[in-house]
Amino acid sequence: MGRFVFKLPDVGEGTAEAEIVAWHVAVGDTIKEDQHLVDIMTDKATVEMTSPISGKIVELRGEPGSMAPVGAPLVVFEVDGAGNDFEAKTNGAAAAPKVAKTAPPPPPKLDQPKPAPNAEPVAAKAAPVAPTPAAPRKFGEKPLASPAVRQRAQDLGVHLQFIHGTGPAGRISHADLDGYIAKGAPTGARPSAALERREGVDEIKIIGLRRKIAEKMQETKRRIPHFAYVEEVDMTELEALRAQMNAAKRPDQPKLTLLPFMMRALIRVLPDYPQINARFDDEAGVVHRYKPVHIGIATQTPNGLIVPVVHHAEAMDLWQAAAEVARVSTAARDNKATKDELTGSTITITSLGPIGGVVTTPVINHPEVAIIGPNAIIERPVVHNGHIAVRKMMNLSSSFDHRVVDGYDAAMFIQRVKALLEHPAMIFMELSGSAGVPPALPNN
Amino acid sequence: MTEHLKPKLLVVGGGPGGYVAAIRAGQLGIDTVLVEGDRLGGTCLIRGCIPSKAIIHAAGEFESMRHASAKGLHGIKLSTAPKLDLAETVKWKEGIVTRLNTGVTGLLKRSKVKVVSGWAKFSDAKTCAVDSSTGPVTISAEHVLLAAGSLPVQIPTIPFGGPVVSSTEALMLDTLPEKLVVVGAGYIGLELGIAFAKLGSQVTVVEAEKNILPLYDTDLTAPVKRWLDKNNVTTHLGAKAKAVETGKKGTSLIVETADGKTLELPTDKILVTVGRKPNTQGWGLENMGVDMAGRFVKVDDQCRTSMKNVWAAGDLVGEPMLEHKAATQGEMVAEIIAGHKRKFAPAAIAAVCFTEPEIVSAGLSPADASKAGIETVVGQFPFAANGRALSMDAADNGGFVRVVASKGDHRVLGIQAVGAHVSELSAEFATVMEMGAVLEDIAGTIHVHPTLSEAFHESALKALGHAIHI
Repeated sequence: MGRFVFKLPDVGEGTAEAEIVAWHVAVGDTIKEDQHLVDIMTDKATVEMTSPISGKIVELRGEPGSMAPVGAPLVVFEVDGAGNDFEAKTNGAAAAPKVAKTAPPPPPKLDQPKPAPNAEPVAAKAAPVAPTPAAPRKFGEKPLASPAVRQRAQDLGVHLQFIHGTGPAGRISHADLDGYIAKGAPTGARPSAALERREGVDEIKIIGLRRKIAEKMQETKRRIPHFAYVEEVDMTELEALRAQMNAAKRPDQPKLTLLPFMMRALIRVLPDYPQINARFDDEAGVVHRYKPVHIGIATQTPNGLIVPVVHHAEAMDLWQAAAEVARVSTAARDNKATKDELTGSTITITSLGPIGGVVTTPVINHPEVAIIGPNAIIERPVVHNGHIAVRKMMNLSSSFDHRVVDGYDAAMFIQRVKALLEHPAMIFMELSGSAGVPPALPNN
Repeated sequence: MTEHLKPKLLVVGGGPGGYVAAIRAGQLGIDTVLVEGDRLGGTCLIRGCIPSKAIIHAAGEFESMRHASAKGLHGIKLSTAPKLDLAETVKWKEGIVTRLNTGVTGLLKRSKVKVVSGWAKFSDAKTCAVDSSTGPVTISAEHVLLAAGSLPVQIPTIPFGGPVVSSTEALMLDTLPEKLVVVGAGYIGLELGIAFAKLGSQVTVVEAEKNILPLYDTDLTAPVKRWLDKNNVTTHLGAKAKAVETGKKGTSLIVETADGKTLELPTDKILVTVGRKPNTQGWGLENMGVDMAGRFVKVDDQCRTSMKNVWAAGDLVGEPMLEHKAATQGEMVAEIIAGHKRKFAPAAIAAVCFTEPEIVSAGLSPADASKAGIETVVGQFPFAANGRALSMDAADNGGFVRVVASKGDHRVLGIQAVGAHVSELSAEFATVMEMGAVLEDIAGTIHVHPTLSEAFHESALKALGHAIHI
């Protein structure tokens, strides 16, 4: 039997460290090659790590929420054959005392009458982990924790019994308790009666996806001077067309939402506004204007906001775009999106769908420079062809990076999009070159 | 005219469970009344822990002076034998008691606790009447903490009175009994029996079980047994005290020995220490509607009784009947009433016998652990190999420190020690237990030289297989 240490591989794109999101295995599990081990989150995406080898897990290093540098040992296996870890002892559980015995004694520093045998630092040098990896707690076994940790758990309404302790002999530390709470531990709060005064504040540690979102939003708002622009769009014709197409679609075709129409309209207009389909590397002082249109689709998932990307949307027809939106957003919701599916967008659409509200001021998906937020379509009385008519009206909100997009250009861009949405046949006209797209029509 | 009080918290009993709860409640701003019929301090301060420790200390001093006068001690020689005036010793002890009693009174006052002096009698769970020193008082409270403590158990055929005394009276004798029979070789009986032996009484111990200190394993109690044998304290084990006979020659205790023989032990005093019982009679507990658990008041891990907002703590709610348990529970109850989240769930409650030599125990013994199905490693280190013990006559009494740890993960399951002065090691033992330490934690802590605590360090090293000094 040998030991095999699985280290965090280089997950690419210059990633130096990654966050452990969730373990899918436990110490003592016997697992097969390619079995799902752990979810790791980089700046870009959550990645499923699978096992390179079959064997029994003797150690998991790092709690969910903790950062692991590339190359750091993540999982220690006991495997048939020699394994890849020739320095460590084969028996992890008995390692500490044995290592302490065989390791050279620490050099005597001073002329002490009695060099105090100090087992732990020696052992720690030989194997930089807890000397006694904790086996899962047996049923009925009292969890090991200091009085302060026990009291804090009680204050929080958390049962220590359910917490994995990372300390020696499975001792539960404050950090273990933090990690457990951050994972969404059930706390023992009783359901409160109506009008009962409530006490207490829940401390939620921001880790994982939420931390990424927080960091990104903070960074975006700090760096980018946003300006918002809102225009109202008469969607009556487009909605009629969409209803027609959905009624006539083949069973294998996806149901069309507003999104693919919006995407097509953007794609038609963007070639004339290359400064809007862009990513701004503000540290280098370079704007990268993209010829392809990779559209980010802001998606609410159970874990929080994720932006999967429809790559090369310019090469997709309406149906293909609709199918691709459904595919990547489902993948994101199921936490199955690959890193590629979550990166590389050049412009983003954020839609709250039917609950879209009157106006939004969307936050740009840094380092992009523009974000488009269609609001809800509402039937309203408007003046149409000289008469008051009930029309399906929608506000189209948008934000731009004012450093590289001028207000005039942004307004013109939105007016062009509006014109296409109000006259949807024009979205599909194969006109030669962008010059064929008409300028915005004056309001009736 | 009857005075009516309506505090938020009524504490019944001025012992460690009650007075600590009242002080803490006062600190937390809870309007608190404490009722006590005796002096404040309870069994511990007035007639238990502290007075007995004073007598034990005096007995130790007397014994070493006796050695110095008889054959000299480390070059110290007294020309005449020391003389004991037990009435003076008891007066000195009373001085200590008074000082502590005054201290508790002051602490309660500072915490704005109103003390009603008298015995409470409950008519229902939240209401009691007190015939106080300043007139009748009725008290009805939102919360009631019962901390009525415990009383010595008497043997029906050998009732207290005359020559038959409990520990309370034994600590107040003004003349030394020439002969003393101690019935019950638990820690109270042996602590006092040994003290009287040191003071010069001829002591005989009668115990129904096969061993002295039956709650501890024989490895731990052997040094105490050795001291008793060496100092001519006769022990009758597996023997039953049957009756007291008073004739012309004086008092004798009739004992049935293990092999069925009847012994007549002539004696001046008979100290009965066969245990303590919760104080549940005579103050209206039966009117309060609280459930019992055997002879104790039933409580959960927050010291709640079955009656809403009636709490109980200390000796009244079960074993171990120890001051530090009662005080911890009392403090906790005050905090829970103040809205804190607390639970009584200690990892260990260390206990000490102030015998000669002393015994301290925290957590599981090796036998407890194997009974619980835990594979253990045990490290034992004798005080004979400890420099400090040698320098204070504490090395040759068979004393040792023993640590019991789980073999798999080295977590410390229990720590015991027997030896002179080992009671002071209890603090480290309790801390180690509460912190959930493993053997490597103890091994990795530098213990001060020269102290007895080094023996604990070595015991952990021994369990890890590499003790230095043995």
